[in-house]
Amino acid sequence: MVKELIKTKNLKLWFTDNYVLHDLDFTVYEKKITALIGPSGCGKSTLLRSFNRMNDLIPECKIEGEILLEGQNIYDSKADVTDVRTKIGMVFQRPNPFPKTIYNNVAYGLQIRGEKRKSVLDDVVEKSLRDAWIWDEVKDRLHTSALSLSGGQQQRMCIARALANQPKVLLLDEPTSALDPKSTAKIEELCIDLKDKVTILIVTHNIAQAGRISDYTTFMYLGDIIEFGETKRVFTVPKDKRTEDYLTGVFG
Amino acid sequence: MKVFKEILFKAVTYFAAIFSILALFGIILTLFMEGIPMFQEVSLREFLFSSAWYPTNEHQSFGALALFFGSLAVTIGALVIAVPIGLGTAVYISEIAGSRTKEIIKPMIELLAGIPSVVYGLFGMAFLAPFLIRNIGIDSGLNIFTASIVLGIMIIPIISSMSEDALSTVPRALREASYGLGATRWETITRVVIPSAKTGIIGSFVLGFGRAIGETMVVIMVAGGAAQIPSSVFDPVRPLTTSIAVEMAETVLGSIHFHSLFALAIMLFIITFITNLFTELFLFKKVK
Repeated sequence: MVKELIKTKNLKLWFTDNYVLHDLDFTVYEKKITALIGPSGCGKSTLLRSFNRMNDLIPECKIEGEILLEGQNIYDSKADVTDVRTKIGMVFQRPNPFPKTIYNNVAYGLQIRGEKRKSVLDDVVEKSLRDAWIWDEVKDRLHTSALSLSGGQQQRMCIARALANQPKVLLLDEPTSALDPKSTAKIEELCIDLKDKVTILIVTHNIAQAGRISDYTTFMYLGDIIEFGETKRVFTVPKDKRTEDYLTGVFG
Repeated sequence: MKVFKEILFKAVTYFAAIFSILALFGIILTLFMEGIPMFQEVSLREFLFSSAWYPTNEHQSFGALALFFGSLAVTIGALVIAVPIGLGTAVYISEIAGSRTKEIIKPMIELLAGIPSVVYGLFGMAFLAPFLIRNIGIDSGLNIFTASIVLGIMIIPIISSMSEDALSTVPRALREASYGLGATRWETITRVVIPSAKTGIIGSFVLGFGRAIGETMVVIMVAGGAAQIPSSVFDPVRPLTTSIAVEMAETVLGSIHFHSLFALAIMLFIITFITNLFTELFLFKKVK
């Protein structure tokens, strides 16, 4: 039985006069991986960034409609944006570790919420790094700079950093596009492993990647959701001609 | 013809570079050649550790300690004022102000940097000093306190514009990472943005320090001019630069007094040299 975790209702988004997201109704199911695919400029990253209100940081951005997380509108005037971002974590296109130690990177989320007890921090740091499959590689150098890690390791550390907040949802914005094939494979396997713990929404340019890891696929084109459904179905019998053309590489 | 142009171009830039280096060595050489002869008459110990600066008395003495303290006091005072205000301004401009506010504030602060120091001195003498006498009941308004405020205002634009540069080069990705983890703007600024820009920020403090300790006109006008080790912030002091600039006109060429002023200049040079060296070595060393 799959449960609906996030629903968007009539979501419209503009950057100044540029109408980017066209009245979207969209559902994310709990503890599943949902992939957002589509050609560049289709609005998939913008949609992703709407789920943790990251677009709030852009002054030109205007949003209408609702995004309900377990029935609560995250754009409600009473909603606490820091709370939203704690529940809905994000990993970015390029690894973006803070110029701090590995430990302090992962502990950041807890520290800003005032957690000072070392035993709690130690536990969460270890658990998060284990969950992100990087503990064995870094356990002996937790107190060295995170910038000394390789790109793939940095990205897994960023996943650990997001997991430390115990989010309900993890938003991944093309998390492997800056990585080599080996690191990419590792992160894909990690995603599949993580879906028992957290709901994943991933934007990817890599169609094959969406096919490999996701349960549901959403195809977006020019600000509209063209097709949504179980990945297997979307990839084998797409309903819309545009989905088929995109998946077969007619345009990209 | 083309080859000749290439050679000419290379030669011109080469000599331009050589010229600045020669000027540097020329200045250092003059300082030491004119400064060192003083030590034939005055011991290094007296110069460094005595606070009696009586260059024109019948029993001359050349203890530079009080002058050194004078310079240090007004410079530290200036930093106490300029560091929080300069950094605060930088954070406001880079992180908080909207683009229109930024366009207004930035050039105004840069304008502050363009005011000649003698104008700052006038402001201190004619406005600040009488204001302090009236309002905090001190006898003279020309003291460490006044000098610190005036020097502080003078170095605010140095600190704020250099810190602002450092803050605005912090990648957007780091801010997003912080916001994405549920941090507020304040937490993002204090825990991520400022620490990431710390090299440039500390660099701005050092630059401000160098500017304040070398400033001459302002301290001549508002520091009070008394060669004594201060016991309160409302005491007048005589910084190294004041002695050099004011007394040079009264000395006899080649006298001990004449040479002693060069020795003061060496002291000033060494202070700034050490600060710069310190920053180069510890701050700008690339972290592995």
